[in-house]
Amino acid sequence: MSGRKTKRIIRLSLSYLTLIIMVIGAIYPALWVIMGSVRPGKSLYSKTLIPDQFTLDHYRELFTSKSYLFGQWYMNTLKISIASMLIGIVLTLLTSYAVSRFRFRGRQTALSIVLILGMFPGFMSMIAIFLLLKEFRMLDTHLALIIVYAAGAPLLGTFVAKGFLDTIPRSLDEAARIDGASNFKIFTRIILPLSRPMITYMALTQFVGPWVDFIFAKMVLRSKEQWTVAVGLYEMVSSNTNSNFTIFAAGAVMIAVPITILFMFLQRLLVEGLTSGASKG
Amino acid sequence: MDRHRNKATLLSIISMGLGQIYNRQFIKGIIFLLIEISGIIYFGSNLYRSVWGVVTLGETIRNTTVKPPIVGDNSIIILIQSLITLLFLALFIILYIMNIRDARQTAVRREDGVQPNNFRQTIRYTLDYKFAQAFLTLPAIGILFFTILPIIFMIMLAFTNYSSPNHIPPARLVDWVGFNTFKELLTLKTWSHTFFGVLIWTIIWAVLSTVTTYFGGLLVALLINQQGIRFKGLWRTLLIIPYAIPQLISLLVMRNMFNGQFGPINQYLGYFGLGGLPWLTDPMWAKVTVIIVNMWVGIPVSMILIMGVLTTIPRDMYEAAEVDGASGYQKFRIVTLPMVLFSTAPILIMQFAGNINNFNAIFLLTSGNPVVGDYQYAGATDLLVTWLYKLTLDQNKYNMASAIGIIIFLIIASFSIYNYRRTKSFKEEDMIQ
Repeated sequence: MSGRKTKRIIRLSLSYLTLIIMVIGAIYPALWVIMGSVRPGKSLYSKTLIPDQFTLDHYRELFTSKSYLFGQWYMNTLKISIASMLIGIVLTLLTSYAVSRFRFRGRQTALSIVLILGMFPGFMSMIAIFLLLKEFRMLDTHLALIIVYAAGAPLLGTFVAKGFLDTIPRSLDEAARIDGASNFKIFTRIILPLSRPMITYMALTQFVGPWVDFIFAKMVLRSKEQWTVAVGLYEMVSSNTNSNFTIFAAGAVMIAVPITILFMFLQRLLVEGLTSGASKG
Repeated sequence: MDRHRNKATLLSIISMGLGQIYNRQFIKGIIFLLIEISGIIYFGSNLYRSVWGVVTLGETIRNTTVKPPIVGDNSIIILIQSLITLLFLALFIILYIMNIRDARQTAVRREDGVQPNNFRQTIRYTLDYKFAQAFLTLPAIGILFFTILPIIFMIMLAFTNYSSPNHIPPARLVDWVGFNTFKELLTLKTWSHTFFGVLIWTIIWAVLSTVTTYFGGLLVALLINQQGIRFKGLWRTLLIIPYAIPQLISLLVMRNMFNGQFGPINQYLGYFGLGGLPWLTDPMWAKVTVIIVNMWVGIPVSMILIMGVLTTIPRDMYEAAEVDGASGYQKFRIVTLPMVLFSTAPILIMQFAGNINNFNAIFLLTSGNPVVGDYQYAGATDLLVTWLYKLTLDQNKYNMASAIGIIIFLIIASFSIYNYRRTKSFKEEDMIQ
């Protein structure tokens, strides 16, 4: 009996040790860049992780200087990411619900096509999309980005979502159908509430997209006022590399903070043991 | 007896909607009729030009030396306009066939004495019995225009001579050249050497990065989900941080951290009395660095994904295993692992494909560098996809880039589909239910 206990203690302490090491590894870069952003001066090199002096000058410069329209970029990105997230989720849910629950002609083909299309390098089609947007006179608009991001969502998300929906017991649907629920009602009343963890995951990936896309966004958004933060930040790095590390760090922190906060907030939705008990008679 | 069916079919062939109106389905008929009218107006003015455009890619060369200057044709714009029109035509033909079939079926039912559905009944019928198809229309249109059309366009480019310096519109015209580009890529020594070098590294990278992040994620998920581990939420939250930080930022930060001269990593190695490593500047070390950094970025994604799956595994499976006296390892092997693999197999394949095209990880970290001397515009860590980027946006060799894209796609797609069809979740996807 005591042998089992020691084994358990060893197992747990080893696990805790591994976890602690991994947490340090996971957090360190974030810590380093935060410290970099409050360090006086401009250089990348610092003797210690925690600087001797703290300053908020770099943040002030981001929002007040004429060359960085950070506040405006921020609002642009927020707008684009929220809109494309909402539309993208709806599209992905529609697609995955249809292919997970219904058996119709051409279903297997449609699934294969989605799988194949996902394998093309994304920006092999970038030039064509650029020309397409030019054709529809949508260059330099946020709407263009929203549409393209949202239209791409089902391509990336369908398989994840379908895999999840497949694990929701079909007996729940059938029970509801016997009670006279329509397809639409089953979708909104049963599938949606049970897919919250998956929707959370999708919402996050979709929301983060516009914050990190610097290539396509830069291609579409021509004027500086229309830029997103990703374009702005990347320009910052590519125009004056290393010479202005601290202001880059401040910008990086400003972008990472809202996403991280949102993530932590939404994380509560990933409830453990979601379906335990849901399918029991 | 069959008077209705032939009349309705014929009428709907003559014009969309007429058959429906004949069947006394007025609203539906008028909608179809309006589609027909707008179609005729649109195609009447565009169809001829688009066929001409696809065949010739423009015929007039720009000439500014004469007066008045000749504007000339822009081959690439003509090509994309033509493609849009032809895509609309395909949609229009599909609608037309649907219209004919619908009119005929309704007429057949009328002959049997069934009253045709009114508009509200039609909608109800669609929602009840054609739900999936109706649901899929919207995403399908999005995919059609923003994925399929661009891909067709790019495939076509591979068969043209659209590349700098000699064939860049609007100054010059672009022409069809058949398989010339492919021939050059595979037989011309300078191109083929780069192509195969980059290809091999791409495959090594995709395998290593997929395997390391997936099993890393599985390990972390199981570690946290263990019985007896406390503060599960806290661990998960802390370990998700790399995922919560946008890649654009974390990778650019990493690029600075691994900086050989001023970066903190070499600085710390110095404290331990070790010499600094050329993390990003030596071809071999740069490859190691991108794999390590990719683990940092990718493991949290796999972790939350797998933790999500773990929450959906029915408790009674474990209970049943316990009743049978299974040990912890046996429970993992017999219940957890198959269930996780079952749910994530498609994702695993998608991740593999995604890693082959993992632009960010390479571009932001190393930009494909360090440069290799005898490569055509490529570096040691360049994946095919970052090479494509350089060829298109920096070098304007569009046709070469498209050809490379197609070849890679063919290799990956055939492998993936074969693999996917073998995966259990495709064959036996009703297993769990």
